[in-house]
Amino acid sequence: MSLILSSAARARVLLLALSAPAVAFFAAFWLLPASMLIALPAGQGWRTYFATLTDPLYVQSLLQTLGLSAATTLATLVIGAVMGLSLARNRFAGRGLLLSLLTLPLSFPGVIIGFFIILLGGRQGTLANLSVALGGERLTFAYGLLGLFLGYLYFSLPRAIAAYTAAAQSLDPHLEEATRSLGGNAWSVARDVWWPQLMPTTMACGAIVFATAVGAFGTAFTLSSKFEVLPITIYNEFTNYANFALAASLSITLGLITWFVLWLARRLAGPAAVGI
Amino acid sequence: MRHHPQKMPPAMWLITAIVTLFMLTPMLLSVMAGLVENYGQGLSSGLTTRWLVEVWAGYGNTVVVSLLLAAVCVGVTLLLGVPCAYALARSRSRWAHHFEELLTLPVAVPGLASALALLLAYGSVAHFRQSFAFILVGHVVFTLPFMVRMVGSALRRKELVALEEAARSLGASFTQRFLGILIPAVLPSIVAACLMVFTLSMGEFNLTWMLHTPLTRTLPVGLADSYASMRIEVGSAYTLIFLIVILPVMWVLQAMGHFIEKHYGK
Repeated sequence: MSLILSSAARARVLLLALSAPAVAFFAAFWLLPASMLIALPAGQGWRTYFATLTDPLYVQSLLQTLGLSAATTLATLVIGAVMGLSLARNRFAGRGLLLSLLTLPLSFPGVIIGFFIILLGGRQGTLANLSVALGGERLTFAYGLLGLFLGYLYFSLPRAIAAYTAAAQSLDPHLEEATRSLGGNAWSVARDVWWPQLMPTTMACGAIVFATAVGAFGTAFTLSSKFEVLPITIYNEFTNYANFALAASLSITLGLITWFVLWLARRLAGPAAVGI
Repeated sequence: MRHHPQKMPPAMWLITAIVTLFMLTPMLLSVMAGLVENYGQGLSSGLTTRWLVEVWAGYGNTVVVSLLLAAVCVGVTLLLGVPCAYALARSRSRWAHHFEELLTLPVAVPGLASALALLLAYGSVAHFRQSFAFILVGHVVFTLPFMVRMVGSALRRKELVALEEAARSLGASFTQRFLGILIPAVLPSIVAACLMVFTLSMGEFNLTWMLHTPLTRTLPVGLADSYASMRIEVGSAYTLIFLIVILPVMWVLQAMGHFIEKHYGK
């Protein structure tokens, strides 16, 4: 074997060797398993792949998931933009601490957020205690659609607040001054100055929030909500009915949706904006 | 900082205040609920540590397991990820670009799908399936892209490429360049990536719930179990323990983020 390699060839070999362990690990523990998962439903016929689109039960679960995620994304973006602008443009004591407390839930598993909603609106929750103390009925919202929506909002907001605060800090103040000096009111500042400048953040953040909401499992699992989302359907198919092929088919649909949304946002807003 | 003479509309303040309340109240409630005798009666029932003791007796091992698992996950992602990040940062090949795209898929695709895939491929290998290594593999797959991306973007900085080129032309070997120049230069990013991986592994539930067995339980798995089967005070005390573990890590992570931004203007 000849040991005389050109320096370019040696550099290539070095780079290959450095990436080899990660490539091998990733191939063995994600690419291979994922390929097997994609191939699995074929064993029960091609129709299994389209179960999400043909079986009314799964269609409903899918539509509910998409609807809930879209509503969560919309509310998160509006609230996140408002809070980001407020927090970026006002200095007050404890602002740094408040920001770090508001972004802390990014590190919480979804189950904790489900539990938070139970603390607020469960059978022993704050609202229930308040409504009983006021002589009314025991009010709860944790186990229905409202509880699920508030839970999804809770784990989505920290990301949006952080992103919009950072983006709002780098807004160009001259544009705003120009708009105002030309007689523009608060509404035209928002529409003509803030909206376009915050657009990349909105696209990137919207995509991540939507994809995260579609794939979220822990929060819905803790709330064991009557409003069934697709991850819970997949989990039930797998554990309760041992229907691996169908669970695989539903996960492929779920994965395609989240991947496509993130891909689209990167296409439209630029790769740097989406982060990962 | 820039000066903004314009006043904010009161509606924006109102929304900010309400949402802040919505975000912070549950954290406070859960801390309080874990430390009082009776959640229904509130603070008037008196403070106690008995729930914390009860959690530690029943679930203490999950806390230790999760800490160890997160630490090992950081170690593995460092060993696999940092060399890979360098290779991807310096390679001009189309394949490197494609691989980097593929590598981020476990983050883009829901954890449930990755977990099902792992179960399908390796669920029948009993020794592997029943050990913590099974969960570790899931966590590494999920966190590796963060390590590679964060360290990779630091290694791509122009002045660093130039510095490495200068060292090479002066005859420095790869090992000298890598350990003597590159690693020290991107150390803040490596530390930030480690903390990120640690936090993600500590809190990971979507994958872990599918991958765990009754004998391999992590902190979030134990949390889900306690929420379903224990009284609300125990669940709260357990949550409090998670907060105590994760808070310092998150704060250092945020401080590192500010440091990197200030020095390298990310």
